Amino acid sequence: MPTVGAASASGAAPGTGAAAAQDVLDPRLLKTQFPIFSTPREKPLVYLDSAATSQKPQAVLDAMDRYYATCNANIHRGVYGIAEEATALYEDARRRFAAFINASPREIVFTRNSTEGLNLVARTYGAWKLKAGDAVLLTPMEHHSNLVPWQMLAAERRLELRFIPLTGSGELDMDALPRLFADGKVKLVSFVHVSNVLGTVNPVAEIARVAKAHGAVVVVDASQSAAHMPLDVKALGVDFLACTSHKMLGPTGIGVLWGRRELLEAMPPFLGGGEMIRTVTLTESTWNELPWKFEAGTMCIAEAVGLGAAVQWLQRLGMDRVFAHDRELAAYAMARLGELEGVRLLGPPAEKRGGVVAFTVDGVHPHDVATVLDRDGICVRAGHHCAMPLHDALGIPASVRASFHCYSQREDVDALVTGLERVREVFAR
Amino acid sequence: MAYRIADMDSLFRDHILDHYRHPRCHGTLENPDARVEDANPLCGDRLRMDFRFADGRVAEVRFTGTGCSISLASASLLCEAIQGKTLDEVKAVTREDVLDLLGLDELGPVRSKCAMLALKTVKAAAYGVPCWPDEDLEQ
Repeated sequence: MPTVGAASASGAAPGTGAAAAQDVLDPRLLKTQFPIFSTPREKPLVYLDSAATSQKPQAVLDAMDRYYATCNANIHRGVYGIAEEATALYEDARRRFAAFINASPREIVFTRNSTEGLNLVARTYGAWKLKAGDAVLLTPMEHHSNLVPWQMLAAERRLELRFIPLTGSGELDMDALPRLFADGKVKLVSFVHVSNVLGTVNPVAEIARVAKAHGAVVVVDASQSAAHMPLDVKALGVDFLACTSHKMLGPTGIGVLWGRRELLEAMPPFLGGGEMIRTVTLTESTWNELPWKFEAGTMCIAEAVGLGAAVQWLQRLGMDRVFAHDRELAAYAMARLGELEGVRLLGPPAEKRGGVVAFTVDGVHPHDVATVLDRDGICVRAGHHCAMPLHDALGIPASVRASFHCYSQREDVDALVTGLERVREVFAR
Repeated sequence: MAYRIADMDSLFRDHILDHYRHPRCHGTLENPDARVEDANPLCGDRLRMDFRFADGRVAEVRFTGTGCSISLASASLLCEAIQGKTLDEVKAVTREDVLDLLGLDELGPVRSKCAMLALKTVKAAAYGVPCWPDEDLEQ
């Protein structure tokens, strides 16, 4: 099998040089670049919770360390050497991220995470444009982060919340769209690109096209897609897109909100404070230009540097290959888990999903499943995965979820299958 | 990448200090065709420029403001340079042109904001908009 990801002594990003021409990732080699997998522990780590947070390659850790060790200084203020270096690193990370999703750096707002990005849109664009009687269109498969901010705004502004229904296989019922838009009340559509439970990859461009035809603004939660597939905001035809660094091999504490420039320009600011202003008097202020208008206070500088390094690492890996790898592993996991008695898989067939496989085990609560698996060093998520309404709709209280990234291997799935056989033994007694 | 300016003489060269202490085109115009104000939020530099246009050219330009030597010298040099230029020529002025006027090869991203405040102000006038965005991000 052709491979990429040969470890280099310097810990540089893999997939460079001749190997970059190959089609398939080699997770076994990639794993060597993630120090968490070589940390000594009783049982080898079988990490199947990348949808919650991904592991971090040495290159990302090094980039952050290097920033703190060599040029730690506040950005945009000091005129001394290390402040200039820190500012350059921070702004380089913005440029790199912009290129990663085919956007202008002007449109890249650093946030804390996807949740903050989505709240920013609700609190600024939403609070500015949406009026009583308007409707916001969501889906039942939203993470709470793309549901609660709209509920809060709806309560304040007397907005109606509508939902695109799900099909039996856990996809969005696209046939329902014309009816949902028919009365012209839907002014904003916000939905998840890839479901963090079902793994469903939603047809973003198609929904955006219908929404635009009805004059609605389109917001996408790319938390589960930005780290796993190529993203091109222009091709998607949306207005806002939120994602988070820690799911894409980067550090926690930083995320990105991308917005179309005209909208970001016209929107009121989110948080007030230093950096986001142009001029301040005792009684009023004017706003800084984009994107700094939305970046009040000292930002996560080291984290931005880490995110920049993570994006560079992913770019060298190739997002097409990451996506292909995730899908192949999801298909393999679905085939293996499907053979187990009492295991019920949630969501659509493998070809319609990303690297997420959720399931239930008959007669065993997901928390018990996860606890037994943990004794074998297997990390899976158990619970409602911040998607309580979705679990209500599926008629289950909770589920078990295995999710993948570039370092996940078939052997990890095999370990899960063996672990699930043990679960059955334990609960059959 | 190091941004420390090793040689103080290269940053505070004579003509920068000269333009700072004795700014050209300093002052205001009565009933200007355009008046643009901009500020550098990072260090509080402020510039106001008054323009008189004739036959599609900058007939007269005057500036007032507060700021560091780099931002005010840049304003002085740039105002001097655009006198008599057509609006299209003004629109075509680049970051590199301003650095050339200052006699600097490069500036770090923070000091760059000081040097380019005048350029932003001039561009806003040439394009007839209240405010021109920082061109650093457009590259």
